[in-house]
Amino acid sequence: MLLGFDPMSLLTPDLGLVFWTTIVFLVFWLLVGKFAIKPITKAIKDREHSIADALSSAEKAKQEVQELQQSNVSLLKEAREESAKILKEAKEVKDSVIAEAHNRAKEEAAKIVASAKVEIDAQKKAALAEVKNEVSKLSLEIAQKVLGRELDASKDQQTYINSLVDKLN
Amino acid sequence: MTSTRKLPYKFVHLQRNFKSKVVKKSIILIFMLALLMPSALLANSEAPVSAEKSETKDVSSEVVEHIMNHVADANENHIATIHEAGVEKHISLPLPCILFNKSTGKLSVFMSSKLHDSHEGYDGYKMDNHTNRVVDAETGKRDTFYDFSITKNVFNMLLGFFILTIIFFIIKAAYVKRAGQAPTGIQSFFEPIIQFLIDEVAKPNLGAKYEKFLPYLICVFFFILINNLLGLVPFIGGINSSGNISFTLVLAMCSLLLINLNGNKHYWQHIFAMPGVPKWVLVILTPIELLGVVLKPAVLMLRLFGNITGGHIAVLAIVSLIFIMGKMGTTIGGATAGGAIAIPILLFVNAMELFVAFLQAYVFTLLTAIFIGAAIEDHHHAEENH
Repeated sequence: MLLGFDPMSLLTPDLGLVFWTTIVFLVFWLLVGKFAIKPITKAIKDREHSIADALSSAEKAKQEVQELQQSNVSLLKEAREESAKILKEAKEVKDSVIAEAHNRAKEEAAKIVASAKVEIDAQKKAALAEVKNEVSKLSLEIAQKVLGRELDASKDQQTYINSLVDKLN
Repeated sequence: MTSTRKLPYKFVHLQRNFKSKVVKKSIILIFMLALLMPSALLANSEAPVSAEKSETKDVSSEVVEHIMNHVADANENHIATIHEAGVEKHISLPLPCILFNKSTGKLSVFMSSKLHDSHEGYDGYKMDNHTNRVVDAETGKRDTFYDFSITKNVFNMLLGFFILTIIFFIIKAAYVKRAGQAPTGIQSFFEPIIQFLIDEVAKPNLGAKYEKFLPYLICVFFFILINNLLGLVPFIGGINSSGNISFTLVLAMCSLLLINLNGNKHYWQHIFAMPGVPKWVLVILTPIELLGVVLKPAVLMLRLFGNITGGHIAVLAIVSLIFIMGKMGTTIGGATAGGAIAIPILLFVNAMELFVAFLQAYVFTLLTAIFIGAAIEDHHHAEENH
């Protein structure tokens, strides 16, 4: 006995208090545990997951952007190479076209010159023939006048004079 | 050159090592002190009383009675007693009494204030002015009836229950309304605690099945915590509900049931037939293991009871120092000296109690989680490791 107080009473459970504690705690456990703590822990877990998901998807997006950038660079490089190639080809084509045109023009010119020569020769020949005819006519007339007589325009004479004219050449 | 440069580095390294060791050791020391505190404080609380025993027996016995009555349950929330012209005047918050007479089977329900109206009492019951408990009006004892009253401990528990329920439903509404968003307001105060209980208490001890036990662990933690904290508030009576053996008994029983109802085959095998142990040893071992089934929750019960009751006794003993010294000197001077000594100590002890309120709620929850974890653990992995 401690000064008129029984210390064992502190260690003796009280029926009424046990009863009420059980009721209050069980109600608390069922009510709060089921309708508040479960949704709260679920919400925390869901949020954790969504944060983790968001972080990983951000990481993924970052990687994708990097890949995209890399592919862009390579694409640009390819395009540059392509354009250089096209330009080179175009230049080659242009050169060949110019060269061909040049050759064709030359050929054409040569042809024209050749045909012109032929024409000129023909014209010359025709002109000479004309001149010869004219000359033979004139010489006949001159000879008629010189001889004072009218040579008959027989075929023999004509041929003779013509041969004379030919010999003049 | 190199040696002189190396030396200070080594020295710093040593110092750092030493520092971390000291910090670790002091943390462990504080933890152990906190666990051992109630016994130490109980001894302290008795010391001044027994020292003054011979001279001022009336004062010290009065002090002990006051302390013990405060720590125990009561049928009304007693706030103060005023001595006015030789008449004792009690100021107290009346509480409902629900009494069931054993012999007559009569149920009496009334407010405790009715018992103060007349000296004859009410319905055959009266109030013991020292213990503030309802007693039989004739015998002055409590063994003739069952007391299912809303006592001050029940009142404290209900208060805590309503506070917590309101808080938790507010938080839950916030989580539902602002799903996936950062917590705000009261939510951000409770979330770290809940998160701590999930990450540090439930997950490491319970493994994959931790979610099943989360509601119990969180409920028991906050229920103990709110009762501990309400016990520290002086003006609602500083009620010692979480330090009452009945309260801790119920919680320990819940833990006991939860541990054993969830125990798997391995758990029971380890109790009744510890594998790898000779048969004759089992004769000794099995009773010890069976005792352990009850002892584990019993230790939970006694630890919480001891810590919280010890804290209340310590605070009251230190407060009583003012009155003891005042009576000894029979002047205001003695009381002043008592106050000068008591108030700084009181401040420290109260701060300690605040820490203990959290610590004991945590320890109870942690140990429950460890015991449940041991009961549901799959032993296949452990045996493979051996």
